[in-house]
Amino acid sequence: MAATSTRTGTVLRTPIKPTRSLEHHAPVHGVRWWREIGWRHVVAVVMVVVCVLPLLYVLSASFNPGGTLTGSNQLFRHVSAQNYQDLWGRYFGSWLLNSLLVCTVTAVGTVLMGAAAAYAFSRFRFRGRRGSLTFLLLVQMFPQMLAFVAIFLLLLSLSKVFPAIGVNSQLGLIAVYLGGALGVNTFLMYGFFNTVPRELDEAAKIDGATHAQIFWTIILRLVAPILAVVGLLSFVSSYGEFIIAKIVLQRPEKWTLAVGLYSWAADEKTAPWGLFAAGAVLAAIPVVLLFQFLQKYIVSGLTAGSVKG
Amino acid sequence: MSHQGTQVEIPDEAPPRTPSGRRTGVGDTSHARSWSRGFFVKLAVVAIADAVSVYGILTAVAVQSWGVAAFLLAALVAITWVYFSRRGLPAKYLLPGLLFLLVYQLFVMGYTAYVAFTNYGDGHNSTKSDAVAQILVQNEKRVEGSATYPLTVVDKAGTVGFAVVVDGKAEVGSASQPLTAVDGATVDGGKVTAVPGWQVLDFASIAGRQDEIVNLRVPFSSNPDDGSLRTQDAQNGYLYRSALTYDAAADSMTDTSTGTVYRPDSRGSFVSPDGTALTPGWRVAVGFSNFTQMFTDSRLSGPFTQILVWTFVFAGLSVLTTFALGLFLAITFNDPRVRGRRVYRSLLILPYAFPAFLSALVWRGMLNQRFGYVNEVLLGGANVPWLTDGTLAKVSVLMVNLWLGFPYMFLVCTGALQSIPTDIIESARMDGASPFRIFRSMTLPLLMISVAPLLISSFAFNFNNFSLIYMLTGGGPSFTGTPVLIGHTDILISMVYAVAFGSGLKQYGLASAVSILIFIVVGLISWWGFRRTRTLEEL
Repeated sequence: MAATSTRTGTVLRTPIKPTRSLEHHAPVHGVRWWREIGWRHVVAVVMVVVCVLPLLYVLSASFNPGGTLTGSNQLFRHVSAQNYQDLWGRYFGSWLLNSLLVCTVTAVGTVLMGAAAAYAFSRFRFRGRRGSLTFLLLVQMFPQMLAFVAIFLLLLSLSKVFPAIGVNSQLGLIAVYLGGALGVNTFLMYGFFNTVPRELDEAAKIDGATHAQIFWTIILRLVAPILAVVGLLSFVSSYGEFIIAKIVLQRPEKWTLAVGLYSWAADEKTAPWGLFAAGAVLAAIPVVLLFQFLQKYIVSGLTAGSVKG
Repeated sequence: MSHQGTQVEIPDEAPPRTPSGRRTGVGDTSHARSWSRGFFVKLAVVAIADAVSVYGILTAVAVQSWGVAAFLLAALVAITWVYFSRRGLPAKYLLPGLLFLLVYQLFVMGYTAYVAFTNYGDGHNSTKSDAVAQILVQNEKRVEGSATYPLTVVDKAGTVGFAVVVDGKAEVGSASQPLTAVDGATVDGGKVTAVPGWQVLDFASIAGRQDEIVNLRVPFSSNPDDGSLRTQDAQNGYLYRSALTYDAAADSMTDTSTGTVYRPDSRGSFVSPDGTALTPGWRVAVGFSNFTQMFTDSRLSGPFTQILVWTFVFAGLSVLTTFALGLFLAITFNDPRVRGRRVYRSLLILPYAFPAFLSALVWRGMLNQRFGYVNEVLLGGANVPWLTDGTLAKVSVLMVNLWLGFPYMFLVCTGALQSIPTDIIESARMDGASPFRIFRSMTLPLLMISVAPLLISSFAFNFNNFSLIYMLTGGGPSFTGTPVLIGHTDILISMVYAVAFGSGLKQYGLASAVSILIFIVVGLISWWGFRRTRTLEEL
């Protein structure tokens, strides 16, 4: 999980700046245009084809009724919504619900625990503060996913005490995901919390607010953008998480989308390829949308202007 | 806490105000003492957490999970103390996250290390006393020529038991309760027909619980050597006795028919002088043998070395190719004269926005040798074994990862390029430097300052890119003759999966040992990157 969020999280630090205006450049024509600009369009078209073709292929396969791998090669030859209807008779509905449930609870838990920790590190000066921050930084270097064998064995023995958080339980999976809640996220949030002026806390304190009131009613509202970003990152990374979900959830009705769709596509010969494609299109939509949403959030800053100079 | 008289003292924080506006006593700044709405919410949450912990402690003690019980007790004390004490304010905010971190990250890391030094796995997954009991049960045989006991299947609150007539007296027992005589039972023709406190099962119930009944063994007496009563047909019971006996004093198993003595060896099994081992065995510490096995076991060492090398090659080439293509595209579209850059960019990012596990599965279909889109359509019916030939499969893995990964590098490089001041590039151009020279001596070094840490984390990410390998090739094509199911495209992390879950025999110890190796490699890489970024200075 940690690794996945780093993969996405870095976008935060390098937002794309708006394109510079074109007017400063004199227009060029003919051979010189080809040499300096034209070839860039050729590269672009080739790359766009490479990027889009596999996605068009899935889309086409998803509309191909009763499609197997063989029958899916002529793009958009048959168009029917049959596969999309057939999805619901299978486990797909449960997988979708399970994924949404697991990822939403994980995201909310991650945001709350990360924000609380970031608040403590940002606002209180206590003994061992620097040490704990360093410790968190070191711990997050080791991806939790590497210990999946031990996670499985731990859940196996927890099954005897609390079956609700043991093997084959979504709550157990959520708890595992929450184990990685502090790591990267605390740092992402900590930096943002530090940008909220402390004068706001002081003012609230003079008005008689408790630390809890300051946290819940003032700070959390001011850092809303980073909460959204962390929440979405956490959602996306647990949505695509496969290995831990696969070993923890053992029965088809408990699976998440990642595990379920894998089971459909794994065996090339008998795979219900059309169903898989339809499921993949539906499964990808929320993530692609969230991705767009996330990019918009990245640049905004809500705290600007909350203190008058 | 104590009130120190009534004189006014200046508290660190202003006294909390309740919603009604009533101020609590001067000097009383404990959050626990303000009867606000928040307090009741806290009370309720802590009460639930404590109740769950207490329930957990009781169950854990009942099933003798001492570690879980001890942890829950510590958590119970910590939660209650932290949230009702005036001190340790930061702890109130850190505790929930820390508890999860402690169990699901720190503990499992430690546990991985522990398991790596044991023979935990199929055939060795419990304690020695469990193994002894298991061996005795598994080697039970019907005692030759023993009597047939007409038997009645009975049930008490879901527990199945047998009722038989032994020496003219009705006796009842269950799995946990050896046969004991009961008073007041009705016996008809040598068969028990009613037992007080037990319900006699009818034919339909017996048919429904067949497995349970066939597997039930009721100890004949409290002495395990007397054997147990079992049935095949729910009509007649026979006396079964283990062919082995366990001598606790000598710590050995003896086969009563052949006289062979099995003694425990250092690897957690009872072994006879001729080398036959009884199953199951039990968990023992085996030192470094899991680590050395990867290098010394001749069937494993060759494939393991290949996987080790391939993991580095895969991660390294993945970073290199994605970065090269991403940078090339970033430079290509960095020219403001290119129209439609925005559209190009948003289309080029699509592979990155599409969930990676789905892309890998789609490519798996597209690269299929016989029916895949690539062979059938793009190559006009060619029969290229993209995923089934060892070398080609590696190339395919790298190509698909390039498709998946270049948009990220493209984004990163675009951002980094735009943060390079244009005037110094401009002045180099004035001085007559060629575009290539400018790129090599100015753009690239400046770019590297911000991009290098990302390349390191990308390497670490790909080093453990389990989903891609597992979804695309499943590690295949497989090596032949290896004791575990591993193949040409397996990387270390997917090898861990294959050793622990993928092959018929689960070897948690060996899998954990490979995990530890990955831990070390990833740790070294991260530490190196960490030193370069100097994140610590910002704390």
